[in-house]
Amino acid sequence: MYRYDEFDHDFVRARVAQFADQVERRLSGELTEDQFKPLRLMNGVYLQLHAYMLRIAVPYGTLSAKQMRMLAQIARKYDRGYGHFTTRQNLQFNWPALKDVPAILADLASVEMHALQTSGNCIRNVTSDHFAGAAADEVADPRPYAEILRQWSSIHPEFSFLPRKFKLCVIAAEHDRAAMQTHDIGLQLKRNAEGELGFAVFVGGGQGRTPMIAHKVRDFLPEEDLLAYVEAIMRVYNLHGRRDNKFKARIKILVHETGVEEITRQIEAEFAEVLKADLLRLPEDEIDRIRAYFAAPELAEKPARSGAFEAAKADSREFTAFAENNVSPHKAPGYGIVTVSLKPIGGIPGDASAEQMEVVADLAERYSQSEIRVSHEQNLVLPHVALDDMPALYATLAEHGLATGNAGLVTDIIACPGLDYCALANARSINIAQDLSNRFGSPERQEEIGELSIKISGCINACGHHHVGHIGLLGVDKRGEEVYQITLGGSADETAAVGTLVGPGFKTDEVGDAVETVVDTYLKLREGPDENFLAAVRRLGQKPFKEALYGAA
Amino acid sequence: MTPPVAATTAVQAFDDIEILDRPGAAPQPARSRDHLRRVPDPEPATSRPDPEGPLWRNGRFETDEWTMTAEDEAVGEGPAILPLERFLAERDGLGHRNAPLGVLVAAGESLSELIPHLTRVTLVVLSFPKFSDGRSMSTARLLRERHGFGGEIRATGDVLIDQMPLMRRCGVDSFDVQNPVTRKQLAAGKWPDVPFYLQPVGSSQQDEVAAGKRPWARRRAEAPRQAAE
Amino acid sequence: MSAPIQKSAAKTRAATQVVTGNRLTDGVVVYLDSAGGWSERLNDARVVEGAEALEAALAAGKAAEAAQVVVEAYPIDVKREPDGLRALRVREDIRARGPSVRVDLERPLGA
Ligand code: SF4
Repeated sequence: MYRYDEFDHDFVRARVAQFADQVERRLSGELTEDQFKPLRLMNGVYLQLHAYMLRIAVPYGTLSAKQMRMLAQIARKYDRGYGHFTTRQNLQFNWPALKDVPAILADLASVEMHALQTSGNCIRNVTSDHFAGAAADEVADPRPYAEILRQWSSIHPEFSFLPRKFKLCVIAAEHDRAAMQTHDIGLQLKRNAEGELGFAVFVGGGQGRTPMIAHKVRDFLPEEDLLAYVEAIMRVYNLHGRRDNKFKARIKILVHETGVEEITRQIEAEFAEVLKADLLRLPEDEIDRIRAYFAAPELAEKPARSGAFEAAKADSREFTAFAENNVSPHKAPGYGIVTVSLKPIGGIPGDASAEQMEVVADLAERYSQSEIRVSHEQNLVLPHVALDDMPALYATLAEHGLATGNAGLVTDIIACPGLDYCALANARSINIAQDLSNRFGSPERQEEIGELSIKISGCINACGHHHVGHIGLLGVDKRGEEVYQITLGGSADETAAVGTLVGPGFKTDEVGDAVETVVDTYLKLREGPDENFLAAVRRLGQKPFKEALYGAA
Repeated sequence: MTPPVAATTAVQAFDDIEILDRPGAAPQPARSRDHLRRVPDPEPATSRPDPEGPLWRNGRFETDEWTMTAEDEAVGEGPAILPLERFLAERDGLGHRNAPLGVLVAAGESLSELIPHLTRVTLVVLSFPKFSDGRSMSTARLLRERHGFGGEIRATGDVLIDQMPLMRRCGVDSFDVQNPVTRKQLAAGKWPDVPFYLQPVGSSQQDEVAAGKRPWARRRAEAPRQAAE
Repeated sequence: MSAPIQKSAAKTRAATQVVTGNRLTDGVVVYLDSAGGWSERLNDARVVEGAEALEAALAAGKAAEAAQVVVEAYPIDVKREPDGLRALRVREDIRARGPSVRVDLERPLGA
């Protein structure tokens, strides 16, 4: 993992001191809310329905056990004993008092964390594959590059007042687990024919009101040019992105309105100039230096097959479901990557209690090299677990409601906080997630349905990624009533696609039945259990689902 | 009318360059040195400290010796600022003038037509229509770093204290400050900068020294390490 | 999302309103009460009827903003029910009671 050096500590401490001063000036009345708001937002502090909300950056979703423990401690001391993991791999506290925020930030700084750039029209927390550094299918660990981007984008003087927020994502496998193509810039680490590392560069993805899948503007960018190229994109966007309309200000609109070919030309022209200045070439020893922080842990050699693991599978159905759904292939034989589900049946997606955070921290120390990841699906990940240890790990997870074997299944629902917390919401999302989770919760039903992602947003900002859910639900406000629109066929992986609206929305008490109808229609029409929901929708189109929901036209 | 460039200013400007050659400073790629200010700040003789003056420059409020030329007005005798378009349209007729010329570049306005004539202007005024509009941040960097502009770059518009340290790192060296709270804070000595930087910029208007082994880590030269604590 | 603190003060439609805001120091939902203070409980709120009374209550809200007591005071529609006041919009009902999905954190509405 990356470790702060003196400079990083100075940097974050200076920033905390600065914000502490601003909070004090606000509380004393020296700053009005209008003056204070942009300042607090730069430090991740929002005002939501019930209280302030503090959004803490978890860079590329990587946490140490120690950091997780600190989050638990903050949850207990300053919040109400829990936190919410978000689709941006961050953590939100829902109840901090403004007067306590400087103390919280100081606590965070002591474990090398901060809340910078989790809001505002700047470069936000850089996300990555939550299996990075462990996945069997990755070209190399993408996190060193994410870290380089994180550093470079921190309080960037030129790019802190962009037309709109800006999201970067770095992955390193063909299989996209991080929804890379829904980002403003997506980078896919790859090797060229000569075996050199570089990036395929995607620009202009985004969700919100006008969802778009990113376009590839470069097939191979040498790794040393990473920052130069990103700077070129940022500059074109900063100068030309629309500022007249908040809903048209993301780079996706610029790409769309300018045309991919022309925007690519502009980016390449700017890139050529940036190269000439020769300020931003990434020195190889700097890449190596950062990479060293992410060196693969030394794992004891193990045979690929674990007797203990197989025996536990033979023994218990729940464990088998867990092993099949929540354990993914690790680079090292005899190890697995464990998804710790924050989606208990009927629970609140992404919420974890302080106690659960501590359990995960303990388990990470015991079984996973002290490493934890946060996934954009709002689960936690223990990246380096020996198969031999799985039964013991499972038992402890189960004791704390963390062992639901549903990763990737219908109850692994993404839901934004919605109207239960969020000041921007039109409708609740969590209650709908809970209802659906209960409806589909039986292990048999989930297994029968197979891979299916339901994603729910409480408003068009789409924090719940509904556009790219196989089934997406969007809450809207219809004359004071919460109504949910259903989209079908979205996808967030390498086959990324925006779902299509299937028809008029459903009220709170109807939407559960409607989703069941969609799922039943799929089960009836699929070619077999091998054809998953997404494949079936792609083959069948909307028609049969429309008919099932609204009757034949 | 052209005020002579004060010799002391030239020396100061060279100090700016020298600082990067101090022991312990990061080796600068040859190119980026070219981007440092080679031309001293033009400091017309009329410029003087004035607590009520509109400009924040040289760490103090100063009078403004420049006149913004109104749309229907003839270009005046003294140092005059013209909107970019008008400058381009009238530049041939301005050749006989002795007084310095400044150009107002709107946020997001392209520099390409100005560049060939950049040597004729000693001031570029960049507009920030809203504090949240960062387009002129890019323009400032392009002027300094790509086009080697050594004159004064002035920020005007919604100039607030929290953006000023960032503007300065992008190459802005004077600020037309109207906001009363910002004026008060500046007068009180506030400068809300986190004096640790993670980006190489080719033209920061302040002294920055290398910090640690990283290629781009910098800290403000006058900021001792413990400044923040 | 970077967004307005609150949705713009909802257009009031019902006959009765109260003025609400979030307390500056901790963000907790509060209501202007009849003594001119701010209570965490909806049922303590000063219920106003008619444009004039609402204006006076809003003026008190603005004064509290200026005095660093609350962050943005705005009016909401309420209805008197047998067991007390009820905020009419779902959003305001949730603000009054706490997140609907966490009964353990439910806020007392007061007598
Ligand atoms: S999607 Fe809307 S309701 Fe949900 S968290 Fe984002 S802004 Fe709030």
